[in-house]
Amino acid sequence: MSNFPNPHDFKSIPGTEGWERMYPYQYRFVTDDPERKEYEEKTLWFNDGLHYPEPLCPFDTIWDEAWYLALSQYNNRIFMVPPVRGVDHRIINGYVYISPVPVTSAKEVEARVPHFMERAGYYFKNWDALEEKWKQKMKNTIEEVTNLRIPTLPDMEALSVVTDGIGESKGYHLLKAYDDLINLGLKCWQYHFEFLNLGYAAYVFFLDFVQKKFPSMPVQRVTQMISGIDVIMYQPDEELKKLARKAIELGVDSVVSFSKDWVEVEAALKKLPRGQQWLAELDSKREPWFYVSTGTGWFHQDRCWNDAMDVPLSGITTYIQKIKQNANIDRPIAQVRAERDRITAEYRALIESKEDRKTFDELLGTAKTVFPYVENHLFYVEHWFHSIFWNKVREVAAILQQYGIINEVEDVWYLRRDEIKQALWDVVTAWATGVKPRGSKTWPGEIAWRKGVMQKFREWSPPPALGIAPEVIQEPFTIVLWGVTNNSLADWSAVQNAKDPDSITQLRGFAGSPGLVEGKARVCRTVDEVRELQEGEILVAPTTSPSWAPAFAKIKACVTDVGGVMSHAAIVCREYGMPAVVGTGHATKIIKSGMTLRVDGSTGAVTIAR
Amino acid sequence: MNLAINADRPELCWFQDVDKSALALVGGKVSSLGELIHAGVRVPPGFALTTAGFHRFLREGGIERALFAPIANVDPADIAALEVRSLALREMIESTPFSSEFEDQICEFYRKLSLVCCLPATPVAVRSSATSEDLPGASFAGQQDTYLWIRGVDDLLSHIRRCIGSLFTARAISYRTRMGFDGEQIAISVGVQKMANSYTAGVMFTLDPANGDRSVIAIDSNFGFGESVVSGEVTPDHFLVNKIALDIIERTISRKELCYTVDPRTQKSQAQEIPFERQTVQSILDEEAIELARMGKQIEKHYGRPMDIEWAIDKDLPAGGNIFILQARPETVWSSKAASATAGPVSALDHILQGMLAGRRIS
Repeated sequence: MSNFPNPHDFKSIPGTEGWERMYPYQYRFVTDDPERKEYEEKTLWFNDGLHYPEPLCPFDTIWDEAWYLALSQYNNRIFMVPPVRGVDHRIINGYVYISPVPVTSAKEVEARVPHFMERAGYYFKNWDALEEKWKQKMKNTIEEVTNLRIPTLPDMEALSVVTDGIGESKGYHLLKAYDDLINLGLKCWQYHFEFLNLGYAAYVFFLDFVQKKFPSMPVQRVTQMISGIDVIMYQPDEELKKLARKAIELGVDSVVSFSKDWVEVEAALKKLPRGQQWLAELDSKREPWFYVSTGTGWFHQDRCWNDAMDVPLSGITTYIQKIKQNANIDRPIAQVRAERDRITAEYRALIESKEDRKTFDELLGTAKTVFPYVENHLFYVEHWFHSIFWNKVREVAAILQQYGIINEVEDVWYLRRDEIKQALWDVVTAWATGVKPRGSKTWPGEIAWRKGVMQKFREWSPPPALGIAPEVIQEPFTIVLWGVTNNSLADWSAVQNAKDPDSITQLRGFAGSPGLVEGKARVCRTVDEVRELQEGEILVAPTTSPSWAPAFAKIKACVTDVGGVMSHAAIVCREYGMPAVVGTGHATKIIKSGMTLRVDGSTGAVTIAR
Repeated sequence: MNLAINADRPELCWFQDVDKSALALVGGKVSSLGELIHAGVRVPPGFALTTAGFHRFLREGGIERALFAPIANVDPADIAALEVRSLALREMIESTPFSSEFEDQICEFYRKLSLVCCLPATPVAVRSSATSEDLPGASFAGQQDTYLWIRGVDDLLSHIRRCIGSLFTARAISYRTRMGFDGEQIAISVGVQKMANSYTAGVMFTLDPANGDRSVIAIDSNFGFGESVVSGEVTPDHFLVNKIALDIIERTISRKELCYTVDPRTQKSQAQEIPFERQTVQSILDEEAIELARMGKQIEKHYGRPMDIEWAIDKDLPAGGNIFILQARPETVWSSKAASATAGPVSALDHILQGMLAGRRIS
């Protein structure tokens, strides 16, 4: 049992006093309520650095609130997970801390068991049919958000308002559209967790079973047993490959590759009949595949390909070059599956008892059933839905900007979603009345201050955990996250506490994909920087997402700050058979482009030659 | 008993010509080396004086009757008397020459062995190889009777005789008397094997000795001969290799203060301090560790059980053909623990529930 800093001991960073108002009030650690204070002190809170490597902008808190609700309700009110309720949330200096809430009475745990068996059992048994239903619900939600119109405020309403006897104004419609937008987002996150925690549970306890049999087995080998399953997260990248082939087939590949600037390339292609043909092909793919985000999709700044066409263009260009060099750009899916089957059979053969082999088969089967959902939901929710959602919020922001509430559209993220609603009321009542909104004098100053606060938050290093750790954790989602955090704590803090970062010669992370190579580092903080990558370099990135996929055709190893063995970088590297060390905590801060690295994806060590 | 020379019961034979079915002819140690060769594993080459050869030696030397007769009337509890008798019998064996024809045949095997090793007179290890019926546990004789770094025919012949003499230690005589073995059931074989002139050697388990994990191969290594590792005189380098994927998943490089090498003057193995700057150098290359693990996996597959293996990398031979297995025996510690099935839940949901109730320890 270990003790971490007391959550109430943190003083505001000078100049940020009052920062708490940027987030919902229930997210504060408090001392004025003795019962709550005691609970907060005796609980383990750990920084969810996997999802939030950076402090949260006030508006972006929406998804944290969304999953605070969704995960907890599924655990505690829907599936009746016996030993745990929900996961509680707090924020310090913009960083999210979470804590699983146990069911403390043994009697209550026991009483929940039959309900859990019935309810979770129903989902596991009818997984495929329910998942199909889920996809339809998600598609409907995405269609709704796509069709949602954010009205602008006219000087005079259209005559039809009178002639059709509408009886409602654009001001009211704007308020309603904003509410609808937020509600669609929250609904989408209701669906997000419908299967997710059951999926994690199946995965975690399969992992547990196998690692109990084989304590030294690297997690990457367990994940290999459920590799080679088709998931749609790969589809955007596949479309880029097809477009690269199409460009060569149509003879426009040199036009597609002539510039890194999409505007120039598009203009050039439009002048050619074959270019137009290729553009038509491209347009048919943009819905939905180019809604893939260039980040994780969790944050407003994560733009999708449709909004950043230079990114997919760079990918297409890479694939055109590869094809011209006669390189094979197809995913080696047959080899991946053959290797998966060999590994599974060999491990299985080492299990001595027949009963254990049967359990192994059952758990593996379940893990394989849940795996597509665990991956695919990301495309539907975080990429496709979110990418549309962020832009709709920008439409709302444009109206706020027009009325002087914010100076720029991108300032909107510094308001909480309920503050935006208040500001919209301010705007529409002022619009209706014909006066100036009050907020045009108050918000710009507040936003400028919040920007400064966010900057100070970014410079602050959040402690990995707070409070007192219990002996066991029973909440599946937390186990997955904690696994990522806890195993790394010691290694991370060693790096964090190093007096001279330039003296560090080794970083440790998760062995994401096996193999050992040496090469030159290329640090890419965003997907835009992937263009700088040279053939045969080692990619060092905060994390990667599907829109980074073309980079993997060029590199010989990958190192990331954040992520576990199920992260995108680890999965892709295993497919391509190149080493990956993921979740190193600080690789992008310590490593500089051009350094010589030795990446051991079997042990999880990255050595820097100095 | 028919002791005539024939193809089924040769008096001398190469390791590669026997397998585990030849236990009665060449004893446990040699038959298992033959078995390893048949499993496709590289072992240092060698030959054996078989139990038929043992009988020929006694017969031609005319000491058969003298050796076995007195054993009948000995008190198995009188250790001092046994020691006296043992000494007399062993002196008798060691002073009895091979017949010149038999000696020529042994020398011819030794010459051919040296030829194979590309050395004028190859240093060899001479070991007794017991047929397990007449000795209490093969290891009993084995530990006592290994003579390393033997060179030249004269030394070879005298050490073969010393190995034969090991059949008549006080303890062995006592045991046989108590168990009621008679003379004709008693036989021993002697293995003659090229000394692996190792720059690195050690042991390997085809499971993790720390936790019984069968998905890994654990390798301990140090510079020089394997003695430093086997005896525990140094903390060796330690590797865990994933058995399925054959990649190194853990590497622990220790400070190794000494190693055993051959003294060029005495031609004997001797402990030697490792130069300070070399003490923390990895004593086996990654590729070699992986190749060893591949061999370990093959041996385990052949025997169908976890194995405990001694190995060496020979510096006289070129890379690619220089990794040798010296000995392989069944692993006993974890294998003797009954394979306990995880009791209870079989369905995935049951297992998930049990897992959640148990929780994950976070110490």
